[in-house]
Amino acid sequence: MQSRALRSGAVALGAAMVAALALAGCSSGGGQDGPTTLNYTIWDQNQEPALREAADEFENQNPNVDVEITVIPSKDYWTKIQTQMSAGTGPDVFWVNGPNFQLYASNGQLAPLDDTGIEAGDYPESLIDLYTYDGSLFGAPKDFDTIGVYYNKALFDAAGLEYPAAGWTWADFQNAAQKISDPANGVYGTAAAPYGQMTYYNTILQAGGEIISEDGTTSGYDTPEAAEGVQFWADLIENGSSPTLQQITDTWPGDTFSSGKMGMFLDGSWAAGTYSSAEAIADVIGVAPLPIGPSGENTSVVHGLANAASAKSENLEMAKKLAVFLSGEEAAGIQAKTATVIPAFNGTQQAWVDALTAIDAQIFLDAVETGAPLPISKNTTAWVPVEEDYIKQILSGQIDTETGLKDLAGEMNDLLAEE
Amino acid sequence: MARLRGREAAPRRTAAQLSRGRAWWALLFIGPAGLGLAVFYLWPIIRGIYLSFQDVGPFGGETFVGIDNFIEVFAEPDLGRALLNTLLYAAICLIGIPVAMIVAVLINTKGLKGRGLFRVLFFLPVVTMPVAVALVWRLLLNVDYGVLNLSLRAIGLPGVAWLSTPVVNMVVIAIVGIWMGLGTQIIIFTAGLQGIPDTLIEAAELDGAGPVRRFVSVIVPLLSPTTFLLSVLSVIASMQVFDLIFLMIDPNNPAQSQSQSLVSLFYAKGFLQHDLGAAAAIACVLLAIILVLSAIQFRLQRRWVHYE
Repeated sequence: MQSRALRSGAVALGAAMVAALALAGCSSGGGQDGPTTLNYTIWDQNQEPALREAADEFENQNPNVDVEITVIPSKDYWTKIQTQMSAGTGPDVFWVNGPNFQLYASNGQLAPLDDTGIEAGDYPESLIDLYTYDGSLFGAPKDFDTIGVYYNKALFDAAGLEYPAAGWTWADFQNAAQKISDPANGVYGTAAAPYGQMTYYNTILQAGGEIISEDGTTSGYDTPEAAEGVQFWADLIENGSSPTLQQITDTWPGDTFSSGKMGMFLDGSWAAGTYSSAEAIADVIGVAPLPIGPSGENTSVVHGLANAASAKSENLEMAKKLAVFLSGEEAAGIQAKTATVIPAFNGTQQAWVDALTAIDAQIFLDAVETGAPLPISKNTTAWVPVEEDYIKQILSGQIDTETGLKDLAGEMNDLLAEE
Repeated sequence: MARLRGREAAPRRTAAQLSRGRAWWALLFIGPAGLGLAVFYLWPIIRGIYLSFQDVGPFGGETFVGIDNFIEVFAEPDLGRALLNTLLYAAICLIGIPVAMIVAVLINTKGLKGRGLFRVLFFLPVVTMPVAVALVWRLLLNVDYGVLNLSLRAIGLPGVAWLSTPVVNMVVIAIVGIWMGLGTQIIIFTAGLQGIPDTLIEAAELDGAGPVRRFVSVIVPLLSPTTFLLSVLSVIASMQVFDLIFLMIDPNNPAQSQSQSLVSLFYAKGFLQHDLGAAAAIACVLLAIILVLSAIQFRLQRRWVHYE
């Protein structure tokens, strides 16, 4: 008797547990009624307040929609998004960039935006090209960025140098970097940050070389021009104008610059707000266009993000609408005022320049005219780590520039052939 | 827990011998743990082995490719380096065990003042998030401003790029790993120490053994089952090192490609290069290596482990 009672008790408990598990499994399904929730995933916390404001506006115009914003730090962003997309739990709308766009578009993860009423003419042509795949637009251009030289006027004054200005050259840059450097006191002229977009992509282009052929099929690293562009940075480390890579990995040069201990630092327009409000340098900061290289050009890499709608979204039409709205005139206007990034919607950029009172931010807009797009191919993320690894070995003196770049070009061509 | 003596446990009874009701109850109590084990350990292992024979697309979609993934992994130029790094890390971590034993004996000394304080101090790193631990150590090890290099320079020695010199950085990270795990090992040793009868120690004392002799001839042999348990656990855990390396070696570190462990390589393959099949193959190789190492340890225990 007793055992029977025990047994039925156990069975009942077990059944309750199974039921609880099953319910837990179901609850994420969601019902038909009530407001639709759209998830918007981004990686830059600095931009969240402005985007929240834009999302609120979207909610006002579409009363039945809730937009929740998720911020994933950029270091883990693509890993997480890809895992979520594979598992079918991805966001409805999310940021895409050039290096990752083609992977997502070519694997059917993004919804085409052609039928949403978005006008290509409202955006810079290079961004529309960047986010067009197989003749369809898969990303609504959200912002764009170019590279400039941030400099510290106090350190230029102390070294008795003139401030950098449009038309200056590589030689001027190298000279200033060396004069300002005072490693014994922790002061450096500049920094050879091992990130192509910020540093060596620009100098390779200025030397007349290319990172990847225009059709994205062959590496440009096995040319003397590319070597010249990389050597530019190796020399700066060599003569003490820049901290070594060992120092750079321990102390991010942007922080060194913000604390007033670096003369010049190449960084993107996205950092203008951060640097010009950094306490130690707010009164002495300036920006200048990139210096002119051997080719006679001061080419800057031009890149920009887009809002894309997931092809797997349960509310596809609404997701597409949100992606386009967040890149539209209204949202661009909200973003411009916060001085975070340059909005892509034509005609809203001036508000961004005006919001940055401490510096002449116009140089970032001018750089678009002479700029070149960020080098990408179908599977950019496959060769970028290889490229960065070789460049780091060259810059830290483990291999010489010529051998390193030749090997890099070989490996990169192999990877490109697989695409 | 402290003694691996499952084999000599109480005489077995088959489920049929237990009354039926009791079997149900047993199932109920084991159920949740068993379910967890099945969902979070067994299923991933089965799935991992399955995936290692598949080519997985960047967003799913599997096709059978036989042993291609294993061929790819064994041809991977970084594999040898990653294996050496992992073995180096695991070997250094073993040094933590004698350290933990000595600390355990010292802080269990009768009449020691501030025993509680020492226990807390040694256990704090265990309950601290690895992210916080890694951040603090990175500051301490900073090449320009770290306390360690500033101290070295103060006495006229050159600083060292602790985290961006290959091999050196693996040693440094292993030391941080030891520091993080020391507290747990001390607790397990403390449990082992409490199992040593006072009479044995007193007998040794009467025979004229000093503290060092008592430690070497009585305590160390009697703790050997605990030492064995910890060495098996330590090797299993340290062969899977990932978080400290991931947190302390940045992508812009010039030694990054020379500072990968097997699991970092697994992560790079699976989540950065979108090749889950090859990543699963690495995980299978790691599983095999850990099985072999554990088997060797179990064989060697006959030579040095004393079960009272």
